[in-house]
Amino acid sequence: MRLPKLPAPPRPRILQPRPVRPGEGNGNGPPDPLEAAREAGISAADWVDERTSLSGGLRWLLFRKVPKGTNWFYTLGSATLFAFLSQAVTGVFLAMYYDPSPLRAYESVRYITNTAFLGAFVRGMHKWGSSVMIVLIFLHMGRTFFFGAYKYPRELNWVIGVLLVVLTLMMGLTGYLLPLDQRSYWATIVAVNLNGTGPLIGPYLADFLRGGPDFGATTLSRFYAIHMLLIPGAIAALIGVHLYLVAKLGTTAPPWLKAEAEPELRKAQA
Amino acid sequence: MARQPQEPKRPKRKEPKPKYTADRNIPGAFEGETVTRRRFMTGTVHTAGAVAAGAFTLPALGFALGPVFQGHAPRWVDVGAVGDFKTDGKPQGVTTDTYMPKIVTLIPGIGEVGKSTVYMRKRNPSVDTEPADQYNQFIAVSTRCMHVGCPVRYVAAAQRFVCPCHGGVYDFRGLRTGGPPVRPLDRFYTRVRAGRVQLGPRYSNNSELHRFSPRDPGEPLDGIGQYLYPSRPTARKLPG
Repeated sequence: MRLPKLPAPPRPRILQPRPVRPGEGNGNGPPDPLEAAREAGISAADWVDERTSLSGGLRWLLFRKVPKGTNWFYTLGSATLFAFLSQAVTGVFLAMYYDPSPLRAYESVRYITNTAFLGAFVRGMHKWGSSVMIVLIFLHMGRTFFFGAYKYPRELNWVIGVLLVVLTLMMGLTGYLLPLDQRSYWATIVAVNLNGTGPLIGPYLADFLRGGPDFGATTLSRFYAIHMLLIPGAIAALIGVHLYLVAKLGTTAPPWLKAEAEPELRKAQA
Repeated sequence: MARQPQEPKRPKRKEPKPKYTADRNIPGAFEGETVTRRRFMTGTVHTAGAVAAGAFTLPALGFALGPVFQGHAPRWVDVGAVGDFKTDGKPQGVTTDTYMPKIVTLIPGIGEVGKSTVYMRKRNPSVDTEPADQYNQFIAVSTRCMHVGCPVRYVAAAQRFVCPCHGGVYDFRGLRTGGPPVRPLDRFYTRVRAGRVQLGPRYSNNSELHRFSPRDPGEPLDGIGQYLYPSRPTARKLPG
């Protein structure tokens, strides 16, 4: 059974369009309040865009032409980016509970894991997310290598990507110490001593990492500052340059795709 | 009338500017002035920017690197009476001497992390052939493995130091007998004060047990090694 269509209820006075007063305006009345409400989001965006001209840049960044044959392998870079964002967000919130002093670090990590609400989950996200980021960044690197996407004119982006790999590994190294349990402590001792085996500059590098000749009172806070301020800042900046170059240079077609000739040329060949 | 074929246009080479600003028709130029005010201003602003950037970069860098160049006065820690340590004086392989583990706070102020085990025994002249002096009447062997710094333990039955990480093995004197370590175990200076044995700073050894100022694990000290792995200017050997 079809219900009869009822007329819409009358609008309240305040939402009714105001009639044009004689001698006012150019024939268009004041805007319809309902229409204005519907357009509120757009006009807010317009307000910002009029003052920043951001939309052109966003269109340039997001609405790019991609080559035929673009496939799921091309999402590994974005996946790595999201792994980094996840690490950044969970890391910021872990820092609210973590205490980077040698006497309190282990206890504060135990508090996060056992007592704090959702602490085990957020710490788990950060801990396992670090491995995920390392795996993704190497898959992304492998994709770039096997698709030949490091060649001219994208060599500089490859170099920046390699720097990002190194910085990500340094994040793993410095973050490993922070729980300050037996495993962290000895892993850091071994890692710093490995740095020390480099001839001539090795001993100085090891001393710089530890902040002295031995694992001392400031080693943990030094690793903490490197882990949460120095390297993340460098990674974020380099990701910015990396993305700019991706948008500027565009992506490559997969290597198995043959270049298609112009239709006229194809006719001429036949 | 036929037009003459035109010469292809060449970009005109710029004449080098005259040296003196007065020759360039710059208003207000002084006699003999060579640097324009604009150029001078640019240079001044760049210099001021460099000074300002250096003013916060250099102190921050020095602050971060400071502890590396900070010296520490040697600490001497009491580890027991002279009579606690015995030797039977027999040569290596025959001697029934053993090490006594002493737990010592090597780095104060960081709790359990700063503590370490040091293996100690009395000097046995038929085992310890290196020259005796005031600092080695009691032998104190560090438990830091000289491969990458894991903690070694002393196995009394085998009279060997064994590292759990990568299988480094050292003999009774701490000389490497197997595995990846690159030099003998580090030792600590010891001295006797009022009938008590005191443990002092660490030193490193080459394979002939010559003393070197302390180096990190994994840094060989034989041959060219002592030059490839320079010592810290802040941690020297004790004289004598």
